[in-house]
Amino acid sequence: MKKDLHQLGVAELARALAAREVSAVETAQHFLDRIQAHQALGAFVAVDADVTLAQARAADAQLASGNAPALAGVPMAHKDIFVTQDFPTTAGSRMLAGYRSPFDATVVRKLAEAGTVTLGKLSCDEFAMGSANENVAVPAMGGAAVVPVRNPWDIERIPGGSSGGSAAAVAARLAPAATGTDTGGSIRQPASFCGVTGIKPTYGRASRYGMVAFASSLDQAGPMARSAEDCALLLSALCGPDLDRDSTSLDRPAEDFSRQLTDSLEGLRIGVPREFLGDGVAPGVRAAIEAALVEYEKLGARRVEISLPRTELSIPVYYIIAPAEASSNLSRFDGVKFGHRAKDYRDLADMYGKTRAEGFGDEVKRRIMIGTYVLSHGYYDAYYLQAQKIRRMIADDFQQAFTQCDVIAGPVAPTVAWKIGAHGDDPVADYLADIFTLPGSLAGLPGMSVPAGFDGGMPVGLQLIGNYFGEAKLLNAAHRFQQATDWHARTPGGF
Amino acid sequence: MSLTHSDIARIASLARLQLAPDESERMLSQLNGFFDIVEKMRSVDTTGVEPLAHPVAAIEDITLRLRDDVASEPNAREANQRSAPAVEGGLFLVPKVIE
Repeated sequence: MKKDLHQLGVAELARALAAREVSAVETAQHFLDRIQAHQALGAFVAVDADVTLAQARAADAQLASGNAPALAGVPMAHKDIFVTQDFPTTAGSRMLAGYRSPFDATVVRKLAEAGTVTLGKLSCDEFAMGSANENVAVPAMGGAAVVPVRNPWDIERIPGGSSGGSAAAVAARLAPAATGTDTGGSIRQPASFCGVTGIKPTYGRASRYGMVAFASSLDQAGPMARSAEDCALLLSALCGPDLDRDSTSLDRPAEDFSRQLTDSLEGLRIGVPREFLGDGVAPGVRAAIEAALVEYEKLGARRVEISLPRTELSIPVYYIIAPAEASSNLSRFDGVKFGHRAKDYRDLADMYGKTRAEGFGDEVKRRIMIGTYVLSHGYYDAYYLQAQKIRRMIADDFQQAFTQCDVIAGPVAPTVAWKIGAHGDDPVADYLADIFTLPGSLAGLPGMSVPAGFDGGMPVGLQLIGNYFGEAKLLNAAHRFQQATDWHARTPGGF
Repeated sequence: MSLTHSDIARIASLARLQLAPDESERMLSQLNGFFDIVEKMRSVDTTGVEPLAHPVAAIEDITLRLRDDVASEPNAREANQRSAPAVEGGLFLVPKVIE
């Protein structure tokens, strides 16, 4: 069995570990070896075998005592945006090179309490700002050079972002699962581009404590794994109120998101927004999505045409709100309490200006500039407030749509993963590609990416969007689809 | 609407970002490219629409909590200062601000 351990998902590994068919140490070592062997992928930015194996030994002790938590010994890795005591945390930025957090993020802590063993930290776009994982400013493990993460399906292509390392690691079977964060699509889009399953819960379900903040009214954590079944287990472990530490955490008890997995889809109304299948969608992506919808009809679901009329507006609205919040959040990086500080400076103001110029990468600087401008005197109403008002209209459009359907389906992105460097020096090209994930993010709705086929050899993700607190229903719809198809089980060649 | 060089300088100064001249040049053209896609948003009629800050407030009342004003964290000064660029005697050091 040892040889194929990396082909097991979270649920299967948990079962094998509980049955003592394999030890947590063996499992962890197997994945550590794979991470080492495939470091050219650039997925990991930090590993520490001693830490991982110590956690695995503790899991084995729990398993031996017969009193182990549900995921005891299951290895996983964390996006390097979650702070961790046992590994450095960089958020992909020079600003935090060498930073060691004095505490664990709530999501990390909850997953550890559920028994998971941490394999390391995963590359991401700097401060989670990006759609391609090209905006990373720290070196991947094993090399001094800063490299973009590569897509295991075609190493010339991007894995998506910002949780690109997470998606690539799961796709390449370097970890059975990983955490991601989604502000405007950063779980769903890389999951789609790498052919893995990912879910972002309703805003407020997962604690933001210890997630390096990007845009606080949008940031949500979620799992990325091989299947909806695995995502359900991890999401159940990582959600829950964190009322003293996250002021926007919702007072909703944690749920067993697996409880509806096998429910019948008979009569499920799947709303397909006409704006999601327009001219901008690549023909191969459209074909995969149409085929997935036909599969759903075979499973008893009914297709309903709906409209989300402000889909296109979600791009400017998001790219005003997110940078505004980012410029405020990132003001904490001043070279005083933690992180980078410039070497030579005249005075305090000069120290701030130089420190931030040296520590932040181009995309982060652009967003800070946009955010600072739209929040500045005389522009606040015209931009930030206007964007927040349209944000409500977008959320209302979804509520209108959910009177006609139970879940919404469409592509995650208009195309498959593009070639590294293809968007060149044009940040707006990246922004436009986020069009189908931004509306759900602005509305704070739960959303998933489910592998649904290939276009020219690259994975296509089906996006499923649920109503608030509808995660269990979404996972049910994804699980039934995965029982009927095998897209999610395909492994890229060479891995 | 088009930003100018002096706008870029002003925003960079507000944001405490020292931009090199070539960086400043690139920023100007990229930001103007970006604000082109924002124009569409400005003409939307939002009369009478309440801004949405916490997205779940779209369906239910959300009040942002304030916790009781009592110390809840243990004193972890050493751990908290471990990643600081310059500390002395438990204090964070910054360049002199008062002559």
